[in-house]
Amino acid sequence: MPLLELKKVNKSYDNEGFSVPVLFDIDLEVEEGEYLVIMGPSGSGKSTLMNIIGCLDVPSSGEYYLDGEAISGKNENQLADLRNSTIGFVFQTFQLLPKETAQANVALPLLYAGVPKAERMERAKEALEKMGMGDRLDFYPNQLSGGQKQRVAIARAMVNHPKILLADEPTGALDTTSGFQIMELFTELNKEGITIIMITHEPEIADFGNRKILIRDGRIIEGATEETISEHRRLR
Amino acid sequence: MTEDLKLSFKGIWSHRLRSFLTMLGIIVGVAAVIAVVSTISGTNEQIKNNLIGDGTNTVTIQVYQNGWAMDFSYGSVPEGIPEFDESILEEIRKVDHVVNASLIHRRDYVDLYYLNNELSGSMVYGIDANYLETAGYQIISGRGFSENELNGQKKIVLIDETIKESAFDGVDPLGKTLEIQGEPFVVIGIVDKKSEFEPVIKNVQDYYTYMGDTRGAVYIPDHMWPLVFRYDEPKTLIVKATSTDDMAGVGKKSEDILNQYLHVPEGTENAPKYQSNNLAQAASELQQLSSSTNILLIGIASISLLVGGIGVMNIMLVSVTERTREIGIKKALGARKSRIRRQFLMEAVILSGIGGILGVVAGIILAKIISVVAMIPTAINVPSIIIAVVFSMVIGIIFGMVPSIKASNLNPIDALGYE
Ligand SMILES: Nc1ncnc2c1ncn2[C@@H]1O[C@H](COP(=O)(O)OP(=O)(O)O)[C@@H](O)[C@H]1O
Ligand SMILES: [Mg+2]
Repeated sequence: MPLLELKKVNKSYDNEGFSVPVLFDIDLEVEEGEYLVIMGPSGSGKSTLMNIIGCLDVPSSGEYYLDGEAISGKNENQLADLRNSTIGFVFQTFQLLPKETAQANVALPLLYAGVPKAERMERAKEALEKMGMGDRLDFYPNQLSGGQKQRVAIARAMVNHPKILLADEPTGALDTTSGFQIMELFTELNKEGITIIMITHEPEIADFGNRKILIRDGRIIEGATEETISEHRRLR
Repeated sequence: MTEDLKLSFKGIWSHRLRSFLTMLGIIVGVAAVIAVVSTISGTNEQIKNNLIGDGTNTVTIQVYQNGWAMDFSYGSVPEGIPEFDESILEEIRKVDHVVNASLIHRRDYVDLYYLNNELSGSMVYGIDANYLETAGYQIISGRGFSENELNGQKKIVLIDETIKESAFDGVDPLGKTLEIQGEPFVVIGIVDKKSEFEPVIKNVQDYYTYMGDTRGAVYIPDHMWPLVFRYDEPKTLIVKATSTDDMAGVGKKSEDILNQYLHVPEGTENAPKYQSNNLAQAASELQQLSSSTNILLIGIASISLLVGGIGVMNIMLVSVTERTREIGIKKALGARKSRIRRQFLMEAVILSGIGGILGVVAGIILAKIISVVAMIPTAINVPSIIIAVVFSMVIGIIFGMVPSIKASNLNPIDALGYE
């Protein structure tokens, strides 16, 4: 059984009474331990798909199974709990709380998981140490470089031991060197067994994954081979 | 819960200026209410004390008929009123909050003569051993009545300052003879109110004085009363209560005790009855007045706190908008709706609660300033403080509701995209 499975997933947004379709009949399976890269032009619906996979949004139609469970029947609280326990998010813009220290940021998901304070702080510290940020526990986001911020964000994504790491253009705001460092961390995490789904524009970054799909105009391009991907690469 | 509390305090502290501005409406509202309540209750307290005798706390219980205190200068003495003696005082003294009691006779508007000076309309008291103490008087020169004199046949009299001033005109009155109803009485002492306190009005006589009546009073042993006046005149009871607040109750209970002994035929309309004096009644009317002003003030408080509450809501809504991204992040990381709602609600309650407390402090300071600058007495009213703080927290809950629900309903995707 795949870790996650989308069947004929459609998504449209309501825009002033008009329904604007964004995703069409998405079929997708991701196995446990995979490192999937989603590519595609801007506005093609990658983030929308990622939000559905991450249970931040629900499909307009179609089915989504996560870890064998249907998402469609779940209420808001169950989705929140699922995000907390099963999914780790990494965003292009880091999305750290500016008024909290690195350690407090990382500890946040554990608060929602009901972990007691002392253990939260300890686990947050360990997660940061693993990302090479053990000497920056009390730093605030604005005291950190882009690469460091993203490490904090990854530590936060990983702190509650999720099954899936979702990364939406994680290197998009970073310089090349920091970007590659982040990718090395991802590879490391993937080797330890976590499933990664990553959106990226950059072919060099995409090469870190072990499977690539291409989305265009809200559709997964069937049989997206190395050629179509490289065509996509050429078109950029 | 404590975790959320800490988070809320942190949220409030990290937006200090905005938090303060949010509280301002509540602070001003509560401060105004506390200051006004303090001023009004201070003034009420003063009026009450002045009117019914701060410290003296004496209640006069006399025979009333048709709503008027009976005057025995003319007309007949009603049937059925026994001649009370020392034993009834024993009974009265057993009543709670009674300090002392005294039985007297009293006549208003008696003409007195010293040589050729006529003093019309003076008051004459026939007093027992307890009277001066009970009514808060003391001998300031000469001496008082001895035990023997109180029960004897000596025609001796005590006079007050007013009589001394107006009848004796600079002459030392001690040893002089004063004519009461044609009977000569020798002045042996001068009495005055005890000067522990200086309110404007301390007792009934002061009340008359205050009303423009400057009649003096003289005191003779009650034993001598039948000699000058009538032997069967009903007596008047003077009771000293522990505190001003006990006066009405003590008056009522004393009335009841005295009235038990009346032999008034059943069903007699307008039968004479013992009744405590109007000053105690006036006090309770004043208390009612002050409680009705309190109701009015609670109304004013509600309105000003309502305005403060709308201020809280307004700024909380701005705060929710400003913190949209924070809310999005928290939701993405697994925060449930209820937790977001609780965070904002708690912030609103803490904000308005702190606002309420600061308002109380500001109000107390304001009240002190008023009492110093405007020379108006103020009394800090504890219930009003508690009500103000609780009420402002309730306002926080009510007006924090809308912003916190708005916050918890934010769509995490929109919130994350929000810059
Ligand atoms: N909340 C929304 N409401 C309406 N339209 C949206 C919303 N989110 C995304 N879209 C539209 O859906 C399309 C896909 O967006 P997105 O998934 O962000 O693309 P990508 O991540 O591939 O750049 C875009 O045309 C975008 O304007
Ligand atoms: Mg995108």
